[in-house]
Amino acid sequence: MNPIERHLLNTRREFLATSASGLGGVALASLLADEGLLAAPDKVGFKDPMMPNKPHFEGKAKACIFIFMAGAPSQVDLFDPKPKLNEMAGQSLPKSVLDKARFAFIKPATATLMGTKRTFKKYGQSGMEFSDLVPHLGSVADDILMVRSMHSEEFNHHPGQLQMQCGVSRFGMPTMGSWVTYGLGSQSRNLPGYVVLNAGRGSSGGATLWQSGFLPSTYAGVLFRTKGEPVLNLDNPKGLPPALQQKGLSTLNSINQGRFEKIHDPEIAARIAAYELAGRMQASAPELNDLSRESATTLEAYGLNREEPKGIGGRGKSGETYKDFARNCLLARRMVERGVRFINIIHASWDHHSNLDPELQYNAGAVDQPIAALIKDLKQRGLLDSTMVVWGSEFGRTPLGENRGGRKMNTGRDHHPFSFSMLMAGGGIKGGQVYGKTDEIGWGIEENPVHPNDLHATMLHLFGIQHERLTYRFQGRDFRLTDVAGRVIPEWLI
Amino acid sequence: MKFRCSFFSLLTISLFPASLLAERSITNAQQLLAQNCLECHGPDEKHRKGGLRLDTFAGATASLDGYRAVVPGQPDQSKLIEVVFSRDEGSRMPPVKSGKTLTGKEKEMLKQWIADGAQYEQHWAYSPVVSSRPPEVKEADWVKGSIDRFVLAGLEKEKIKPSAEASRISLIKRLYYDLLGLPAPLKDVEAFLHDKSPNAYRNLVDNLLDSPGFGERWARHWLDMARYADSDGYEKDRARPNAWRYRDWVIEAINEDLPYDQFTVEQLAGDLLPEATPKQRLATAFHRQTLTNTEGGTDREQWRVAAVMDRLETTGSVWLGLTLTCARCHDHKYDNIAQDEYYQLFAFYNNGDETNYALPGSNAALSKHEKDKAVHDKHVADLEKKIKKLLASSKEAQTKWEEQTRARLAVIKDPVVHHRIKLGSLPKQDGYQFLSLEDGSVFVEKLIPDKATFALNFSADTGGKPLTGFRVEALTDSRLPAKGPGLTAHGNFVLSEFRAFAVDLVDPKKKRPLPFSLARADFSQDKCPIQAAIDGKNETGWAISPQMGKNHQATFRLTKPLPSEEAGGLRIEMAQLYGSRHVIGRFRVMVVSGEQSNEIVPESVRKALLVDATKRNAKEQKLLADQYAKTDSQINKMLKKLEDMRKKAPKASTTNVRVITQRRGTPRKTNVFRRGEFKQPMHEVQAGGLNLLHPFKPRNKEGPGDRLDLARWLVDPDNPITPRVVVNQVWSHLFGQGLVRTIDDFGIRGDMPTHPALMDWLAHHFVHDAGWSRKELIRLIVQSSTYRQSSAHRSELADLDPNNELLHRQNRFRVEAEVIRDLNLAVAGLLSDKLGGPSVFPPMPAGITSLSYANSFKWNTSKGEDRYRRGLYTFFKRTSPHPNLLTFDCPDSNVACVKRNRSNTPLAALVTLNNATYTEAAKAFARRILREAPAEDEKRIAHGFRLCVSRWPEPNETRAFLNLLQESRTWYEKYPEDAKTFADNTETAAWAATVRIMLNMDEFLTRE
Repeated sequence: MNPIERHLLNTRREFLATSASGLGGVALASLLADEGLLAAPDKVGFKDPMMPNKPHFEGKAKACIFIFMAGAPSQVDLFDPKPKLNEMAGQSLPKSVLDKARFAFIKPATATLMGTKRTFKKYGQSGMEFSDLVPHLGSVADDILMVRSMHSEEFNHHPGQLQMQCGVSRFGMPTMGSWVTYGLGSQSRNLPGYVVLNAGRGSSGGATLWQSGFLPSTYAGVLFRTKGEPVLNLDNPKGLPPALQQKGLSTLNSINQGRFEKIHDPEIAARIAAYELAGRMQASAPELNDLSRESATTLEAYGLNREEPKGIGGRGKSGETYKDFARNCLLARRMVERGVRFINIIHASWDHHSNLDPELQYNAGAVDQPIAALIKDLKQRGLLDSTMVVWGSEFGRTPLGENRGGRKMNTGRDHHPFSFSMLMAGGGIKGGQVYGKTDEIGWGIEENPVHPNDLHATMLHLFGIQHERLTYRFQGRDFRLTDVAGRVIPEWLI
Repeated sequence: MKFRCSFFSLLTISLFPASLLAERSITNAQQLLAQNCLECHGPDEKHRKGGLRLDTFAGATASLDGYRAVVPGQPDQSKLIEVVFSRDEGSRMPPVKSGKTLTGKEKEMLKQWIADGAQYEQHWAYSPVVSSRPPEVKEADWVKGSIDRFVLAGLEKEKIKPSAEASRISLIKRLYYDLLGLPAPLKDVEAFLHDKSPNAYRNLVDNLLDSPGFGERWARHWLDMARYADSDGYEKDRARPNAWRYRDWVIEAINEDLPYDQFTVEQLAGDLLPEATPKQRLATAFHRQTLTNTEGGTDREQWRVAAVMDRLETTGSVWLGLTLTCARCHDHKYDNIAQDEYYQLFAFYNNGDETNYALPGSNAALSKHEKDKAVHDKHVADLEKKIKKLLASSKEAQTKWEEQTRARLAVIKDPVVHHRIKLGSLPKQDGYQFLSLEDGSVFVEKLIPDKATFALNFSADTGGKPLTGFRVEALTDSRLPAKGPGLTAHGNFVLSEFRAFAVDLVDPKKKRPLPFSLARADFSQDKCPIQAAIDGKNETGWAISPQMGKNHQATFRLTKPLPSEEAGGLRIEMAQLYGSRHVIGRFRVMVVSGEQSNEIVPESVRKALLVDATKRNAKEQKLLADQYAKTDSQINKMLKKLEDMRKKAPKASTTNVRVITQRRGTPRKTNVFRRGEFKQPMHEVQAGGLNLLHPFKPRNKEGPGDRLDLARWLVDPDNPITPRVVVNQVWSHLFGQGLVRTIDDFGIRGDMPTHPALMDWLAHHFVHDAGWSRKELIRLIVQSSTYRQSSAHRSELADLDPNNELLHRQNRFRVEAEVIRDLNLAVAGLLSDKLGGPSVFPPMPAGITSLSYANSFKWNTSKGEDRYRRGLYTFFKRTSPHPNLLTFDCPDSNVACVKRNRSNTPLAALVTLNNATYTEAAKAFARRILREAPAEDEKRIAHGFRLCVSRWPEPNETRAFLNLLQESRTWYEKYPEDAKTFADNTETAAWAATVRIMLNMDEFLTRE
């Protein structure tokens, strides 16, 4: 077979494999019979960059739902109980600690420890402790790995968020979702491989939190919207019926096909395929968004119809945040079912420098029930084993109360990258365990520190990827998600 | 396993060195080592394993611990060969963990290289540029210039014929896309087709290079590298409303063909040039495109250092084709750049401070300003003349005033005394009610409206002393909200005006205003001074925030003392007109006798008065004249008018732009940072160049050099790397790929040029013959036969030259994000040709900016022409860029982008299919076709087709579009309401539904 025939064949195979028109089985099967071709598309051939790809070794995880709590929730009020902190409330920290620490707003000279108003309870067989703000998460304690010993170098939100998403806090780097889809492609032929869902207000990092950096934009996160068309430009122009869109697309394909036969540039074949996938996305995304076939029990379990609580609230309140967040969790499950590789649910407004108690109550209320429901739902459907659910943020909050000038004393907490908590479940994570330990007031880490690079290394490992080998050459250097560090944490693995 | 690599050729990202390079053995062995070994056995001493260094001959052949890695001529004795060929995973190199493996062929290559003597050559990019004579070729007819000789020689060696020249239509379309980023207008296509002159092509090129659109097109390439944006970046991401001034500088510089060396010097060190012009200072905004972090609680030094690092790293990427970032923390692992050298470069930028510069506006704005100012100056001069005249004519009156004042000063013996007043009956007015308290104060018991003017009539006994002023106290009271003194919830008030009158005792309706010379208060709110209570303006006044809940007092001094006998009938009025109950709730009025001299006249005036009239110097005379003028109501009025006039002077037409200015005062010292951490300084270093390049020669031989020296070092004709890097960048925009494929990496891990001799010839020509002229370089390249080749792929060469490294044809590539929109708007007839100016806000889907931080940014969609400006004028908000731009790989402007990706995704397809901007263009395009072409479907299809891609449609293409048109017509005839929703009427809708597909043709989106 000469090269041009070969790449025509490749291209054609691609059409058949992905075409919704279903030219069908027989032709496809006969084309795919040549295994050699399938395994290694040649230099002039065309291959969809999102084609599923084999990992380095068989990993347990096939998908990841990364629930990112931008702004930094307070771990001592949610996951890391510190009785000693309540005892010492009102006292200042030893000078030796204060001198080394850095603060955004706290004035160290007069800062004092602030106890928590929360009560903690043990849940499940593991006896994992959760605060009264997150009882639903407590109900899935035995599926959860609670990490209490996260730490990072980044002190400010945007750099911190970049570090958590990209491994380093520099711009122009790919995010975790980009790395994973770059490495593994996506199972979904009709939906993007990497999806972003946002409820409530925007985060400090904005669109940089789902950028593909130096990787092609094929691997950038695609934002699914809560209002209007689910994906930008998904709807036909007003007044243009689906029938004419179809006809238009087939006209376009015939024109482009004609050009391809003259010019033989595989890029044209790639463009034809991209337009076909666009057409399929137009058909699939509305189906994804249509929750009418979900049972009332499911909707109830996720809390899709919850009203926002009256009397409490804060910066994150939009009137729809509770519903939107619950819906995003349910959509995430539906995406996993449809083969989407990486889903990032972002929920901002955890930056509680003041007014911590009511606002934390509001935010925890928004996310507690839907996340727990998601974990249960995945488990019930047999998807939790292959779906990693991660809950976390860019850093945590100080055990000290914030005493910024001009504000009422001690109604909030400042940024705290020195220790914070994260939760994980599914996808090969060993649940029902607490990993790492902070000191008695929750300032520093006493056991098993975990850096975002370690977190990422372990997440990639669960996908069957060796983090040191998932690299991309950019400007002469081989970059990776874990930069120059990262350690897989064996205790987390089943 | 191999992670998706091969398909990246599709995305035009080359991950591997070009296959042809395998033939060049020496360099290739070195490259093999660079790719696979230097991470552990390279220049970085601290991280070097086993003390073995493989990037130098000395290192590779050194005797180490009983072995030598490389024994020249003796592969069998070379440890390198032993471990590379080892079957034992434990001892094999590169180690399994590194993820790197050598193929059998590569291993053999290393063996052969050692057998041949293991020669090390200096890396090509660091070696001096050597311009060789263009080679002789067989097919001399094909050759239009030297470029073609180099290319053809390579092809002939492989027995490949170059591709035929593209059709004239393809050529004009190509030139328009490349040089202007616009579709070729039909009349230009026709003219070019019919131009039989041998200079037709050359003339076309000249015309395009002279078009202002050329500057817009090529400015965008530069702005990618300059990481230009209209906002700060990071969380807050505030707008930079004047950033566009730099963007316009780039457009202008490129249109004027500012030679690249000067272009470099002005941007890196314009402020340091002798007698720097405003434009040269503006040029330094290149390095003000760095991000600014204004998030709460940031450490300013941290972000200053980050910006400085970005500046030197950007300089490395743009001018040197080198990634310096690695050397922030340690010696570079591959390229011979020590960590100290990184900080030598850091030192240049460490003393360039971020400043604002008041930049004069455009020439037109400047001349308008000059005109306005002349008119204004004349008005001012006229008034001044009038005042002078009036002053001169009032010499006598002034002398009298001087005497009176002297007398008044002389009799100041009375200390200042405050006297209680005798209130008459309190006024009973609708809306408010007073209560008189024992201490002489008045409490406002009731106030219905939210503003009031209180009037009090009273008399006062000053014990025979002349009355010199009034005092008003605003008092707290527990009955007032927030204790007062105001009636507002917070206790503030606004005293808009305070007026006093002498009332005729016989006829109380006759009252004479008592003017004040000054007012004083114990405290005034910022921007609400006590003087505002006697300025005659109701809209200004005295207020006391944030000192509410405290007593306050104000004194108003009469211009002329009132004899005590006239103090029998007095009246004051307190206008408090701010509204929302900003009214004093309890107050006390007292009258004042006695004076302090400085309350009569300032001390300087008093001293002048004491000097004998004949002996006063000019300054004293002026002081007195000015002071007198204030007492003369007519002159005073004119003076006030003059003051107002001066305030309204037309502002000089300047905008504040962010620039770099050399630090004044003590220069910062530069230390090497341990692991790049700004809080861990180590030893100090001086500014200096990179040792692997040509010597750095500062102007002041004693050193240290400054940024100007750095800039000149970069464009020094001896610099081997910059001219090659620049030529390669330009080449890549005209061929879709560089001669060096790794445009962003000229280091030893980068690719060799596909045509090393051509690269050097071009670099030399660019510097020495073309005088660094960008336009000359482009003119030369686009005139070559190499450039003019057809871009059709040739199946017979799919194996021999799959990536077109031999340049056996032109390349096809999708155009950039901005250009795709420009093409659409242009064929639709919507595109504005307005050049430069503030960035614009074309339509954007709702809900995009609300995802930026705290929804802090509003996208106010531009109206009129500004909706349809070229893509490079779109406002670029770093944390929330226009999504249409990003979908087509527009860089995010956070770091310098030397090379854009060209992805090909369904999301991009959705943009051109469904996005409102593109739909709007499709409709306008349909209307244009209906307007311009004869009323025959076929002719209209052809017209639209030609507007898009310049050529006539093939019959089957026409048929396909006619079919689509027919189906669309059928639909819209059946569903006229759909037609109305989509576009005007059935016919327009059917056409719009058809031609939108033309706008999606690969051929339209692709530079062929």
